[in-house]
Amino acid sequence: MSKIIEGLLYSESHEWVKIDGNVAIIGVSDFAQSELGDITYVDMPSDGDEIEKGSEFGALESVKTAADLYSPVSGTVVATNRAVEDDPSLINADPYTNWIIKIEMSDKGECNSLLDAAAYAKIAE
Amino acid sequence: MKYYDKLIFELSKEGRTGYSLREPQARVCLPEKLARKEAPELPQVSEVDVVRHYTNLSQMNFGVDTGFYPLGSCTMKYNPKINEEIAAMPAFAGVHPLQEDVQGVKEVYEGLDKALAAITGMAHFTFLPCAGAHGELTGLMLMRAYHESRGDHARKKVIVPDSAHGTNPASAAVCGLEVVVVKSKADGLVDVEDLKPLLGDDIAGIMMTNPNTLGLFERDIKEIAKLVHGCGGLLYYDGANMNPLLGVVRPGDMGFDIMHLNLHKTFSTPHGGGGPGSGPVGVCNKLVSLLDSVHTSGFHGNFGVMLRAYTYILMLGKQNLRLAGKLATLNANYIKESLKDAYKLPIASVCKHEFVFDGLIDDGAKEGVQGATTLDVAKRLLDYGFHAPTIYFPMLFHQSLMIEPTETESKETLDGFIEVMHKIAAEAAQDPDILHQAPHNTPIGRPDETLAARQPVLKWEA
Repeated sequence: MSKIIEGLLYSESHEWVKIDGNVAIIGVSDFAQSELGDITYVDMPSDGDEIEKGSEFGALESVKTAADLYSPVSGTVVATNRAVEDDPSLINADPYTNWIIKIEMSDKGECNSLLDAAAYAKIAE
Repeated sequence: MKYYDKLIFELSKEGRTGYSLREPQARVCLPEKLARKEAPELPQVSEVDVVRHYTNLSQMNFGVDTGFYPLGSCTMKYNPKINEEIAAMPAFAGVHPLQEDVQGVKEVYEGLDKALAAITGMAHFTFLPCAGAHGELTGLMLMRAYHESRGDHARKKVIVPDSAHGTNPASAAVCGLEVVVVKSKADGLVDVEDLKPLLGDDIAGIMMTNPNTLGLFERDIKEIAKLVHGCGGLLYYDGANMNPLLGVVRPGDMGFDIMHLNLHKTFSTPHGGGGPGSGPVGVCNKLVSLLDSVHTSGFHGNFGVMLRAYTYILMLGKQNLRLAGKLATLNANYIKESLKDAYKLPIASVCKHEFVFDGLIDDGAKEGVQGATTLDVAKRLLDYGFHAPTIYFPMLFHQSLMIEPTETESKETLDGFIEVMHKIAAEAAQDPDILHQAPHNTPIGRPDETLAARQPVLKWEA
């Protein structure tokens, strides 16, 4: 059973979101990292990139496969996590501390359509 | 198997040579800036060093000439030696790539074009592409050229099934097209209802593999063709799985407009590290005039490969080519039915040339004991002298084990494989640890793939 943290919001494509004011901190769930296996590369967007909800903002590559990352919210990329770019295994070690990007949201209302921990638990099996 | 892991650089001894060249009679006039300042750091070895080195390495190799190679979606059939004899004929081997109008060579191109057109139902082929994915790119460029030639510039999307080879979406992206995924139904076939809402005047076409990567024939292909053509799109056929259809069904008759063939798979030329590929692209009548507008490689493609493929077709003839596809289908179904008591078979229908298991039925998992995975089964097969099947593809299942025996193998070989697969299943049920630690008998066991991907060492240093 994969770990799901209360208080975070989740997308059906297995990203998690932590809301910090107008900024969304985004990573991938424990379920996502365990499905991928050992992650070897993180393809990151650049600071300042405009991203729409549901669109691709990067990709994770593992020994087994590669998976696109989809943004749970719309907005502008304000930070990318250099640490996970340098050492992608951090995502395997702790997917919830090791965020991938931060987005300044253009429409905070979009968060209402994301899943809470209980709803996400139903699809992450 | 003899263990040998030296690099030729490690054999190098200062001043040792395996040749003697005369002082050059002519002076080479290179511009000063292009001339080498220091001698290249080539290994300094004798002739016997070189011969033993490469002979030893070759003895660690596993190929279709050494054993059974059931690598799914790769069609590792035996390559008859007469292909090599013909390709080695001086009249062919001695032709220079820049020589034009060599009658015999032109005849081979023309004859192969006619043969492939007859086999596939396409009008003509271009032989420029040097591999399957190269063919896909060429085909998609033709698709784009077709729409643009009609002043239709809005078609930027390509539909790809979720079971497709990874090269399909990759080729579409390289061609500047956007990929839209159509889902498969529980029976493994493209979901026509999921396809319908995707269709519109922004669709350039659909890429399909038939039989698909689960080894299943897309039964709704006629309806899919009608729907895609109805919205103005074209149908692209990925020829990776053409083998079972040889002489039975033709992509042209199914409604496909553009396709590639993997000569190195279906038409028995060496591949998989053993030789260059060839991915000729065929088109239907309405696209023939565009065929020369797309230039995706220099010269005329891999002529040696085409010569081998043409030899194979002529040696088999129409009747035997048809038999090859049918035997490939029979062999795959024989293995599937013989092993479904020990391996999970997610889709039980009759398959074509290949099928997919989803891991072991009893993987030996108990309280505190980890079960055996598909990777473990694949590694254990190496101990018994078989090449491993394709694993973890297609990604529709978690423990995919994809087996394609081809028509090459005798019943005895298939029975031997089935026996070993049963033995492995029994080992897993009793003591999965045997499998976790496999292979036990190969020179190299389990290389650290994660470390290799994260910190690749790509250059030898003393």
